[in-house]
Amino acid sequence: MDSPDAPSSEHVKPREVPYCGFCSLPPEYCEFGPTLDKCKQWLSKNDKVLYAILYNTLDDQLAAASLNETPEDDKKKAKEAAKIEKQMQKKMQSKVLIKRIERTKRKCVTSVFGLENFDVDLKKAAKLFANKFACGSSVTKNNQGNDEIVVQGDVSDEIFDLILEHWPIVPEDNIDLIEDKKKGK
Amino acid sequence: MESDWTREQPNRGRTYSCKELGPWALFNIKEDVTGHTQVKSSVQRAIRAKILEQYKEGIEGIIDDVMPKKAPLILMKCHEHINLIVMNNEVLFFNHFDGPYFPTLKLLHKYPNMLPRLQVDRGAIKFVMAGANIMCPGLTSKGARMDVSVPADAVVAITAEGKNEILAVGTTKMSTDDIKRINKNIGVETAHYLNDYLWKTVVDI
Repeated sequence: MDSPDAPSSEHVKPREVPYCGFCSLPPEYCEFGPTLDKCKQWLSKNDKVLYAILYNTLDDQLAAASLNETPEDDKKKAKEAAKIEKQMQKKMQSKVLIKRIERTKRKCVTSVFGLENFDVDLKKAAKLFANKFACGSSVTKNNQGNDEIVVQGDVSDEIFDLILEHWPIVPEDNIDLIEDKKKGK
Repeated sequence: MESDWTREQPNRGRTYSCKELGPWALFNIKEDVTGHTQVKSSVQRAIRAKILEQYKEGIEGIIDDVMPKKAPLILMKCHEHINLIVMNNEVLFFNHFDGPYFPTLKLLHKYPNMLPRLQVDRGAIKFVMAGANIMCPGLTSKGARMDVSVPADAVVAITAEGKNEILAVGTTKMSTDDIKRINKNIGVETAHYLNDYLWKTVVDI
């Protein structure tokens, strides 16, 4: 990394600072976050050079530093790590339901439920669907009181593709297509 | 390494004042933003002028990159009189009531020369990242450095021993000379630190 004390010229270019993909901190601070192991995995996959620089020298330091840490600190950290882990797992398990609901014989609406679990702004998503499919699309509360997006028209397959393309964090296996049939098809 | 750190306990109620806890103790973008507006160009000029005046040489060369004159500026108002200045979906500055504007850490990482920097020792990092104010011994011990002299009530960036990146932003409670001389009590009041709620906030308008 370049020295920050370099004399500032007339036009200073912004520095690019890499952030850890797991805990969002600059990688050199990962060691102070609760999820060091996961961060290490991420960094070794994504930036081998930086990984080598940081952790080869750091491991010695860490070994020295960890002597100063009380068991209480360790416990606290482990607890926090477990909490984050749990949240991630929950997130990965939650499903997105795309449901085709028939209104009359040939007309139906598509409802999308569960996107908010993946930190998607529902209002934004609804607007996106409306733009994409040129149809009405809105965020409504269903009878359980949860928010869902209702798109007018049968666009379930297209929405499936669009979600995958637009929000890559949503795993493909977690999206379910359901058809809500009234008598016959 | 052993220094006289105190850590403030977050008060879980909503009755805290920003002054005591640091504004980001319990920040939640969904709940705590009471509204956002695109400000009038005159207001935008006023904010820009204030930031320029505040940081003077630190920001003069980069202000056009940081805040292009023509780009729309959005002011987010939060509880307890906290304002966020947002441009291109990025929080650039925040302030409390009509106090000084603090740059956010993401902005500081891009332009680390904006602010005078003080360095804390390694033992302090975990406390700072838990939201503690920085006590004087942490700035005067062996791993710490204060190369610049700064008056009291100035906005400073905090780096750490053995690290390149900036760890926190805060205001000095006393001048650097006093920090060296008195070497007791709070030296820098932390306003925004790595991994706090503002750091985790993603703005999407």
